[in-house]
Amino acid sequence: MDSRQKVLEVSGLRTSFFTDGGVVPAVDGVDFDLYRGEVLGIVGESGCGKSVTSLSVMGLVPNPPGKVTGGEILYGGTDLLKLNERKMRKVRGNEIAMIFQEPMTSLNPLFTIGDQMIEPLRIHRKISKKAARGKAVDMLRLVGLPRAGEIMDEYPHQLSGGMRQRVMIAMALICEPKVLIADEPTTALDVTIQAQILKLMKDLNERLDTAVLLITHDLGVVAETCSRVIVMYAGKVVEEGPVGEIFRNPQHPYTEGLLKSVPDMRFKQERLDPIPGNVPRPGSIKAGCRFAARCPYVFGRCTEEDPDLYDTGDGHRARCFLRERKEAAANEGALAES
Amino acid sequence: MKEPLLKVEGLKKHFPVRKGALGRVKGHVKAVDGVSFEVLPGETLGIVGESGCGKSTTGRLLMRLLEPSGGKVTFDGRELTALGGDEMRKVRRDIQMVFQDPYASLNPRHTIGKILEEPLLVHGMKDPKERKRKVREFLEIVGLSGYHSSRYPHQFSGGQRQRIGIARALMTNPKLIIADEPVSALDVSIQSQVLNLMQDLQREFGLTYIFISHDLSVVRHISDRVAVMYLGRIVEIAESDRLYEMPLHPYTQALLSAVPVPDPGFVREQIVLEGDIPSPADPPPGCPFHSRCPFRMDICKSKVPLLTEQETGHSVACHLYTEEARGDDNKKLVTEGSL
Repeated sequence: MDSRQKVLEVSGLRTSFFTDGGVVPAVDGVDFDLYRGEVLGIVGESGCGKSVTSLSVMGLVPNPPGKVTGGEILYGGTDLLKLNERKMRKVRGNEIAMIFQEPMTSLNPLFTIGDQMIEPLRIHRKISKKAARGKAVDMLRLVGLPRAGEIMDEYPHQLSGGMRQRVMIAMALICEPKVLIADEPTTALDVTIQAQILKLMKDLNERLDTAVLLITHDLGVVAETCSRVIVMYAGKVVEEGPVGEIFRNPQHPYTEGLLKSVPDMRFKQERLDPIPGNVPRPGSIKAGCRFAARCPYVFGRCTEEDPDLYDTGDGHRARCFLRERKEAAANEGALAES
Repeated sequence: MKEPLLKVEGLKKHFPVRKGALGRVKGHVKAVDGVSFEVLPGETLGIVGESGCGKSTTGRLLMRLLEPSGGKVTFDGRELTALGGDEMRKVRRDIQMVFQDPYASLNPRHTIGKILEEPLLVHGMKDPKERKRKVREFLEIVGLSGYHSSRYPHQFSGGQRQRIGIARALMTNPKLIIADEPVSALDVSIQSQVLNLMQDLQREFGLTYIFISHDLSVVRHISDRVAVMYLGRIVEIAESDRLYEMPLHPYTQALLSAVPVPDPGFVREQIVLEGDIPSPADPPPGCPFHSRCPFRMDICKSKVPLLTEQETGHSVACHLYTEEARGDDNKKLVTEGSL
């Protein structure tokens, strides 16, 4: 990743759901960049807005009740949010592709794998049926499916969960997209199959230079596959940085708490260290830091003001007033020295 | 040596597969196929395995929520598999279950108070005042408050609902709790709260747990001993530390190596298994794991290996460790592979 070429720039993204019970801001001002060839992880718990963020990028937020209300998503200089549906369709599946958690519900049970594999090629590439079929078979081989030719004529129900997820990946990559968004791609799979799929995704990321946005709740998966990671909480990015930094030196109390609360298979811990309280419902916290109610370091200001994302060095940022204090202390130190 | 609280011998559940207009039995899904283990009072036995391995079915067979097709279950000196319906119901006071989905296992039309009183009523506590007092007491024990008893399940978060599920299981002062994926539906930060609660309750009430889960990290944390299941059989059982540090069965080794560890600096030898888990309706002959095993030998294709003790309390079902097939080279290979 020496070129550091940005393929996707998301800034100030806001997506809300307009329900009978009021407006629910699921994504509340999210910024991040995705670089060419990297695997960027978005972690967070249910309702933190990680999936809605990815759906917003794809232009797939169900409307009504959902709507992107602000921000921009730059892809190759164009703001995806300004494109009309016809133009967006040229991007979706072609330049930016997506795979979902449950492969059974995202494959059409009435069409053969072959029909579904060929469709994006026929739409985006205008090539002959025969050429498309040849490419589809190659793609199925690339994702490690045995007897690729036969699978082309089979239906989704004839495949196992792991095979279906491989088909999904093959289908997503068939138009050679620059960005692949994977929303919990291994959550529905068994661990031994998860290991296969993650290995495959990493291999393909390296071979095809596709940037991957990996959305997951599993910190183990992040540690294993991502180069950078974004931690989301209640619709906001609370921390961002290189994977090694985030795990070894978390700067936000939420990230710290999350890392501490997960049992590690390598050791026997006497007792786990949970984060107290509950995961907030989206939109339930109106003022102050979203994590204040569960934070062990909370002080007066946290409940009144919303902290900014403070830079803590080396592309590591955290949304916490404690970091501001540190930053200020560091600045004063630098001033005193000079 | 303590007497086991629960003794399971050769437990089997074969579901018939029916086909055609006449619904003739065309075969069997051997969901549980000869499982034997013991659980000592006060301990936690973890049962791990991937989907379709029969771990949940085993849990249900123990409570006779499903009728076993064969085998014997002895609980506290009584043979459960020989009891009639009425007697079995009485025994269920001592064996309770906690389910995975706290959304689906609480009746949405009943208040928490009614849900928690139900087991008391069923087991003959007639005095309503006493029942209400007990409901309040247990709500507080699991970290909720007495006033929650008038609320409905939808007013609680997932973690709180699982606390209610645990309170319900505790109402009858059971000896054994079978928990089937109790934290799998919960968020990471909430999982640890519920696990800590379960450990506290175990200490306080001297409970015995059977903890069924696919999450190997969680199982290591909570269990004293762990059984690994594959296609309806136990392939390895040992003390938790021993199993995680020195797994013997190639499946256990692969399973442990596949779990992502939340530490980006951690480098390990990952054994990525080929292929998928075979269908339990059509398991491979011989050792059920041989179709994916990196160490398979000829004997594995024809003969089912039996669970045999390799060291005290550590048993494994694999031909690499049986007399007739054991070559010293093989054994060395496997022990090295486990590091």
